[in-house]
Amino acid sequence: MNHNHPVFTDNDPQSELVTLNLGPTHPATHGVFQNVLQLDGERIVSGVSTIGYIHRAFEKIAEHRPFYQITPLTDRLNYCSSPINNMGWHMTVEKLLNIQMPKRVDYLRVIIMELSRISDHIICNTIIGQDTGATTTFLYLFQFREHIYEIFEEVCGARLTTNIGRIGGFERDFNEIAFAKINKFLKEFPVALKEFENLLSRNRIFIDRTAGVAEVTKETALEYSWTGPLLRATGVDYDVRVSDPYSSYQDFDFEVPVGTSGDIYDRYLVRNEEMWQSLRIVEQALEKIKSEQKGIFHADVPEFYLPPKQEVYNNMEALIYHFKIVMGEIDAPKAEVYHAVEGGNGELGFYLINDGGRTPYRLHFRRPSFVNYQMFAPMSEGMLLSDAIINMSSMNIIAGELDA
Amino acid sequence: MEETTLNNDILAKLSDKFGEKVTAVSEPYGMLTFATTKDVIVNVLSFLKEELKFNFLTDITAVHYPGKDHGIAVVYHLNNMVEKVRIRIKVFISEQNPTIQTATTVWKGANWMERETYDLFGVKFEGHPDLRRILNMDDLGVHPMLKQYPLEDPNRVDKKDEFFGR
Repeated sequence: MNHNHPVFTDNDPQSELVTLNLGPTHPATHGVFQNVLQLDGERIVSGVSTIGYIHRAFEKIAEHRPFYQITPLTDRLNYCSSPINNMGWHMTVEKLLNIQMPKRVDYLRVIIMELSRISDHIICNTIIGQDTGATTTFLYLFQFREHIYEIFEEVCGARLTTNIGRIGGFERDFNEIAFAKINKFLKEFPVALKEFENLLSRNRIFIDRTAGVAEVTKETALEYSWTGPLLRATGVDYDVRVSDPYSSYQDFDFEVPVGTSGDIYDRYLVRNEEMWQSLRIVEQALEKIKSEQKGIFHADVPEFYLPPKQEVYNNMEALIYHFKIVMGEIDAPKAEVYHAVEGGNGELGFYLINDGGRTPYRLHFRRPSFVNYQMFAPMSEGMLLSDAIINMSSMNIIAGELDA
Repeated sequence: MEETTLNNDILAKLSDKFGEKVTAVSEPYGMLTFATTKDVIVNVLSFLKEELKFNFLTDITAVHYPGKDHGIAVVYHLNNMVEKVRIRIKVFISEQNPTIQTATTVWKGANWMERETYDLFGVKFEGHPDLRRILNMDDLGVHPMLKQYPLEDPNRVDKKDEFFGR
């Protein structure tokens, strides 16, 4: 890989290598993972990644829980965009059960998922700014993540680990305040994002630090199974929302931005453009919801959708279904299903095998951070330490998703 | 409908090439699924990659079926990004001697996926450049996703299936 830096090759008298433990708790790694680097001056000669510091064995735990109890586990994968994980899991189970969602539910889900994508990209892009020395951008844009969390709070009551929605839809309809907050966000966020772009996109220092650094070709990216903004920055227009549309994404008009060289600057630009596209999608979704029948927020599948508590106390059927769902006694087909959604970092896949028991026989998470991160150590070789740090920031590795 | 034709097409080409090695064909939720044997798996993968344009390795994982002859299934998910087709390949290997050829020769991205599968299921990928545990500590001694290791205290009686009519 060409990093556009001079390479020290000759017989340097100080040729002794220094071992540096970058992590597990290092402020520059933004998460719990360790890299043992061999340094020649500031240049990385080789690196070994060690992960698993917050491995919580979710796949094992999932084998002991009924379907609806697995949603909180998915929260803790990519905790920067938990709703995407939650809904990805719900859609996996719905696919297994052959449930068709009403359009309005699909659109409500799209709104929440796109807002999560924006919050995920805000984190990544502002942190690239932070790591290249631009604290201002971080502070300007980061408050909008707060506004997105307020919307989540209005919809489901939680902010970070949302546990949003249920198998079969949402637990309650969006209230007026939620819609008002979404509309307010749509009005204010573009102004701030524009300002953010003005500060960074044509900033000489920022471009010098990021353009041409950590370039990756299409071929290498595909070889290493990269997905998400990282893959799109190399020029491959693969987006699960387009290639395998779920939750009615085929109804929306949006573009898939791609980069050319796969360097850090391209990744930054791709993420920024995706935020603009997400805003477009949310606007369209709000428009589409107006023509749908009001008050529909879940599918009409009482045998799979957890009934409201009030019903459980007063209605025989609701009590029976409540009991069956809570005890994991729903009649799900004995089958296996793979469902993928476009998470903040790439293709988030759920491979579910059901054998008719109370819990999944096997559940595997295809976690984009885990797959993307394996290239970090090989691509760091020959890179300057400070470049490797922003390379890691631009890969947006979330420790929870990395270790599951 | 269109998907089924495409799947049949892929299947015909695979059967042409590998004959009886392609077994247990099914199509759950539209995804072509088949089993093959461990002696040809790398050939199957490279054939799919080179000839049938399955350019992308989505995932490698394993499933444990205790008590069967070939109790561990190694599962590969591939994706053809151009024609938007996904495919699932399973290889059933013996529990006592869980070895299989590595797929890192076909995709470099298989590296960590196989390390994870080794860590959790003890599947030994022959020819893997760096087959170490990845999520668990090195001296764990067991492969925790195997079904014989219970998650909860096995003496607990309040979650026994017999109390729920099974």
